[in-house]
Amino acid sequence: MTYEETPVSLAEAPTRRLNMIEAINDALDIMMERDPNVVVMGEDVGYFGGVFRATAGLQKKYGKPRVFDTPISECGIIGVAVGMGAYGLRPVPEIQFADYIYPGLDQLVSEAARLRYRSAGEFIAPMTVRSPFGGGIFGGQTHSQSPEALFTHVAGLKTVVPSTPHDAKGLLIAAIEDNDPVIFFEPKRIYNGPFNGYYDKPVEPWSKHADSVVPEGYYSIPLGKARIVRPGNAFTVLAYGTMVHVAAAVCAEKGVDAEIIDLRTLVPLDIATVEKSVEKTGKCLIVHEATRTSGFGAELSALVQERCFYHLEAPIERVTGFDTPYPHSLEWAYFPGPVRIGEAIDRLTKA
Amino acid sequence: MSTSARGNLPSLSLHVPEPRFRPGDPVNYSHLQITVAGEQPRPDEGCVAADTHPLCLDLVRVLDDDDRAVGPWDPKLDAETLRRMLRTMALTRAFDDRMYRGQRQGKTSFYMKCTGEEASSVAPAMALADDDMVFPSYRQQGILIARGYPIVEMINQIYSNRADKLKGRQLPIMYSAREASFFTISGNLATQYPQAVGWAMASAIKGDTRIAATWIGEGSTAEGDFHSAMTFATVYNAPVIFNVVNNQWAISSFSGFAGAERTTFAARAIGYGMAGLRVDGNDPLAVYAATEWAANRARSNAGPTLIEHFTYRAEGHSTSDDPGQYRSAHEREEWPLGDPINRLKKHLIALGEWSEDQHAAMDRELMEQVKVATKEAEKNGILGHGLHHPFHTMFEDVFEDLPWHLQEQSRQAIHERRVKWPEWKDG
Repeated sequence: MTYEETPVSLAEAPTRRLNMIEAINDALDIMMERDPNVVVMGEDVGYFGGVFRATAGLQKKYGKPRVFDTPISECGIIGVAVGMGAYGLRPVPEIQFADYIYPGLDQLVSEAARLRYRSAGEFIAPMTVRSPFGGGIFGGQTHSQSPEALFTHVAGLKTVVPSTPHDAKGLLIAAIEDNDPVIFFEPKRIYNGPFNGYYDKPVEPWSKHADSVVPEGYYSIPLGKARIVRPGNAFTVLAYGTMVHVAAAVCAEKGVDAEIIDLRTLVPLDIATVEKSVEKTGKCLIVHEATRTSGFGAELSALVQERCFYHLEAPIERVTGFDTPYPHSLEWAYFPGPVRIGEAIDRLTKA
Repeated sequence: MSTSARGNLPSLSLHVPEPRFRPGDPVNYSHLQITVAGEQPRPDEGCVAADTHPLCLDLVRVLDDDDRAVGPWDPKLDAETLRRMLRTMALTRAFDDRMYRGQRQGKTSFYMKCTGEEASSVAPAMALADDDMVFPSYRQQGILIARGYPIVEMINQIYSNRADKLKGRQLPIMYSAREASFFTISGNLATQYPQAVGWAMASAIKGDTRIAATWIGEGSTAEGDFHSAMTFATVYNAPVIFNVVNNQWAISSFSGFAGAERTTFAARAIGYGMAGLRVDGNDPLAVYAATEWAANRARSNAGPTLIEHFTYRAEGHSTSDDPGQYRSAHEREEWPLGDPINRLKKHLIALGEWSEDQHAAMDRELMEQVKVATKEAEKNGILGHGLHHPFHTMFEDVFEDLPWHLQEQSRQAIHERRVKWPEWKDG
């Protein structure tokens, strides 16, 4: 596994094994240390350190004016972050679950996303909204959602979904440094270990996975650059977040030579890497956990169709969650797991 | 569903507020409690919030029926400052009149006047420091004028011409003027309220001395952002001033649809533990004094203040609105608090510092000033005449840099321009 964008000097940097929560915490710590304008806020993020521990220790280290708890008001959290950005701060608000980001949607869509445009650059919203995302944890309807398509549809927002501790740290640092508003969705199913979709088998912790090796100190992974998880020739898999690991596991089990691409950033999308891969393989499988209709997979499918049409040897396959609210007891029937992905792989292989 | 009553219980009934006067109705404002000027106490600026609660239900007034400034809220401004205030309000009105005509002449798509409400923007702007950040709604053009922002630039924006600093992207009057510490106006109501709190919190986080002030109409206080802003401001004791311009009307809906039948808008402060003041919004001295009080309070870390400006929207909501369809035309003439410009004029005359002749001469001069500025701006084009920004600018500033998809779409737009208007030379 190579990371082209990692500076050469970092090859020599000391590393640590971190899970995704620790990597996110490390990124926040590093950016708060480097930039006195970075502030962290959200429900339970201060003294308590966050319901997932992502902000643990930060308030003690940086003080209450820079890491603080907020009222339970997503509209307020995003709204004050916009104002802080207008002042010149670099706020990193947390929304406790992506399922609860909707009260802040007007502030994100109408304000943060459009501030630079409507003021012709006089005011900007250099904020990073962190939010735990995705299902597979028996979170039911309101602790499992993947609302990325609501944000990729908004001009002016960048949307990022990491899939490893290494990427989570580098991408979060890049997001905080970015002068555009970034929605940073953290797949909570893989906070502690990669999840391969085989929910009835023991979960492997990050410490046994190569991507938990994280350089110490500062590094960033540019937004808009995908990662080739596994080069291959049989077909191209486009995935992000938890589904990168699930798709990789199913491909491995089936013994197919798939080229697996972790998109990492949905907007701006690394279209060059996608095109190059599909032109090589001639087939494309798109996997996401979000519901199907108007999901981000529809955009990916349209782009591949438009730009790689004459290279395609089979219909583009789209494996997603079903068009229902995320169920509790039937979670594994909803989740786009090994059976659904496996059948799509079989169709592509036979095509 | 059965609508029959259970037992002897009375039927419930839904109360839908109805304004007192509809088109054609005679108007009688005797139900309004207009207090006697000068009788409202002025608590210390560092007082506990609860000490202001009686003032949330009162009406702070300085100018009395004899046009004299009276009572503890008299800001005791010198004549030169009063004349500057009068001139700024008159310029705002002259500007509104000219821009309204410009819209009717087809030079732009849209305009909104602030006639009758000039005091609620001009007087606060004069009481704040010039680098205090303001988060206005769309009816505070008086702030920009008070801060000396060039009216030619305002007209360029209204005409969306090639000199428009916002590059023709924004609906007319949605100004943005960072150099005047004037935040970019949004079409989405009330969003600026929590943003002002965030700016004020940032100022406090950095140990700055600047404060924030924000404006909203009474109708928009019903938005959730109002509640979020009030909560955050009191939780963090943010140095912010909340202005509610209660002009009685939100387009066609009277203030009762924002809750005015039950209490005042200033009284919203009470439940949040915030200081509140309710002022005669057509009394520029009372408005100035209230802002000065709240600014001193915020600047000394004593916390936020909510100020309700009790006033009247003398004109239609916008150039797209005809108030004759929903309210009595007599409301404006019967409004018991009069007109803010007229009241300040009479005050200066009573002081022996102004005259009707001077006022008439000033009005002529201001009309000419606006006319000259309008001609100047029109050299840069008016809406729809082609003198707009180049097509590629439509794609800029969505992000800091243009991602590939916007580069592609920019090329497409320029290609379409060449197909549709081959005579245009600029990109």
